[in-house]
Amino acid sequence: MSTASPAAAVQAAAIAEEAPPPPPRKRRPIKSHYPSWFFIPTIALYVVFFAIPTFASFYFSLTRWSLFDSQFIGFANFVQFFQDPQLYTSFIHTLIYAVITSGSKVIIGFFLAVLLTGPVVGRGYLRAVVFFPVLISTIGVGIMFKSLLDPFHGMVNGVLGFFGLPQPGWFTDPNLALYTIAGVDVWKGIGIATLIFMAGIVAIPNEYYEAAKIDGASSWNILRLITIPLTRGATATVIILSLIGGLRSFDIIWATTGGGPGFTSDVIASVIYKQYQAGFYGLSTAGNVVLFLVVTVIMVPLSYFLNRKQVEL
Amino acid sequence: MSRTTQRPAFRRSVARITAVLGAATLAAAALAGCSSGGGASGETTIRLTAGGNDPAATAFAKNLVAAFEKENPKITVKVSTRPGGTDGDNLIKTRLSTGTMDDVFLYNSGSLFQALRPDSQLQPLTDEPWVKNLTADFKKTVSTDKATYGAPWGTTFNGGIMYNKKVYEKLGLTVPTTWDEFISNSEKIKAAGIIPILQSYGDTWTSQLFVLADFANVSAEDPKWATDYTNNKAKYVDAPALAGFTHTQEVFDKGLMNKDFASLTNVNALKLLATGEAAQYPMITAVISNVVQSNPDQVDDIGYFAMPADSGEAHATVWEANGAYIPKSSTGDKLVAAKKLVAFLNSPKGCDVQNSTGVPAGPFAISTCTVPDDAPALVADELKYQEDKKTGLALEFLSPIKGPNLEKILIQVGSGISTGAEGAALYDNDVKAQAQQLGLKGW
Repeated sequence: MSTASPAAAVQAAAIAEEAPPPPPRKRRPIKSHYPSWFFIPTIALYVVFFAIPTFASFYFSLTRWSLFDSQFIGFANFVQFFQDPQLYTSFIHTLIYAVITSGSKVIIGFFLAVLLTGPVVGRGYLRAVVFFPVLISTIGVGIMFKSLLDPFHGMVNGVLGFFGLPQPGWFTDPNLALYTIAGVDVWKGIGIATLIFMAGIVAIPNEYYEAAKIDGASSWNILRLITIPLTRGATATVIILSLIGGLRSFDIIWATTGGGPGFTSDVIASVIYKQYQAGFYGLSTAGNVVLFLVVTVIMVPLSYFLNRKQVEL
Repeated sequence: MSRTTQRPAFRRSVARITAVLGAATLAAAALAGCSSGGGASGETTIRLTAGGNDPAATAFAKNLVAAFEKENPKITVKVSTRPGGTDGDNLIKTRLSTGTMDDVFLYNSGSLFQALRPDSQLQPLTDEPWVKNLTADFKKTVSTDKATYGAPWGTTFNGGIMYNKKVYEKLGLTVPTTWDEFISNSEKIKAAGIIPILQSYGDTWTSQLFVLADFANVSAEDPKWATDYTNNKAKYVDAPALAGFTHTQEVFDKGLMNKDFASLTNVNALKLLATGEAAQYPMITAVISNVVQSNPDQVDDIGYFAMPADSGEAHATVWEANGAYIPKSSTGDKLVAAKKLVAFLNSPKGCDVQNSTGVPAGPFAISTCTVPDDAPALVADELKYQEDKKTGLALEFLSPIKGPNLEKILIQVGSGISTGAEGAALYDNDVKAQAQQLGLKGW
């Protein structure tokens, strides 16, 4: 717009503001349903592969099932599931495992993200290295670590022995197995947490940092008072995703110890899998329904609590 | 905003035609890839699942197929392996349920066979010509009231203690018949710096031997135990069956095991036994075929004695031969070819394969095959128990119930995490679920 002078421009703006806005053009009603056809394939896939099996499993959990015939027995499967002597310990293991992996991913992921969004040498390479384990197959990771952490022939204990350090039975010591698996899981999943945190940190407008520096804030204060509060959305996401993953975790546990030694690293998912392996299909379906309810009961209030403080920036 | 320009009508229809043709070609290619082999006239291709994925099982399957294809040039057999233990049970049950099982598969007989629901999942083989040559004991383990479903492969074998004869000679020990003798032998072996008793929990199924190989002793004390067990009247928490669990605990408590028991695998444990670094290994003799592959010169250094009993004489627990089965999903030409393969197993050429690759670990379950003279030394030890009539069938052939978690429960006991009595109680509970799934009365 060409105006004669700034004063005239200000006047023109004032007039434009005061004039009533033009009436909105009436939108033509949508005649064509063509766009909604695009939903159909996705809805079909979702219904066939997710919705129907979920409701079918609610039904089959009330039966004694052998994949071909089923005999309705009411809640007997659930009663039997809760009477399983391993169930209580596996619940505890699941909670411990979920909290440890989720907590580690949040804390380590956050600090890694702060490091990798700051000025550090080889930043691109380091980001790739941190993210790389996410891309490998979980079973491959499990088998690889099982061999690396073998108490007598593994490389890790070989190195520890060379330095005269104690060589624990990583996957064979009943007290240590679950925590070792949690460590492997954190190694594998830290990339995603770091990625989400990096996105959150990078989204913080620079003005805050500049203002803080002008006011003479120390790095620790900047971290505590600006970065952490403003990445709350990313933190909530990482907590929710990693906690759900931790509660449901199965493949890394099965590939490394199979729930062993004995039952000391059993979680609910591996208990359910063993029942399925034994051919108790109805019982394992009931177990899955229980797991679904447990995860829902934990995650829905948590996600509500974490997200209610979110405000549009 | 201007309206989007319409592409010329001609170009639109060309794009449409190309898309339709492309999709049709893709679909045709995908369907062509789906169809299984057996295209050329007269040629049939069938598939065989081996009895495991260890070197012995794989070699046996391959040699069997090579010999069979020589005699039957129009039939091709593709071999695949499967894991052992509960993972293998799982795979077989799933494949049978979904109708994707190979045309012939090798698997256990007895209670594991019963768990496959043979009347609905397997082809009856009652009218096959070789059925009349089966031993009565074996026939029971691959049949239901309605039909016979399996042919034997491999020999019957025993469970007990495999021991290194050279170590025993060197230390001047004699074969123990009671449990106390066994422990005192083991302590002498430990004092000499040799591993007394091997455990290999890296392969979880090997933890069960103290319990399972003790069953002949239990049967000798209480001949009705198996029937009572099926009827929910006999339990593992009571004597005489509790002995297996307390023995597993005792061996751990007294420090008579190898240091790396938690991660050692079966094949590596056998190597230690063959070379004399370890003296005794509670095991089934069927695994001698792995020693033939890994330490062929030391096969005859390994002997066998029955699981010692707390009291009374030691009896050898006998496992019947494994079975070869055909699923209901094999039909037509494939069924004919599959039946030929199953019959070939125990024909003269098939017996040769069994004797050369599948190492004989005991007498055969069918009269058409005989044990050769150059069988491993421990077969003679086993035959002696048979001659003295001090044998008993393993529990899985006398009762359809076997709980799925016995392996893990015994690993707990053998690692010192729980006591033998606790383990026995856990297993009695575990068995209940299996009994109910099978629909047995009284549970």
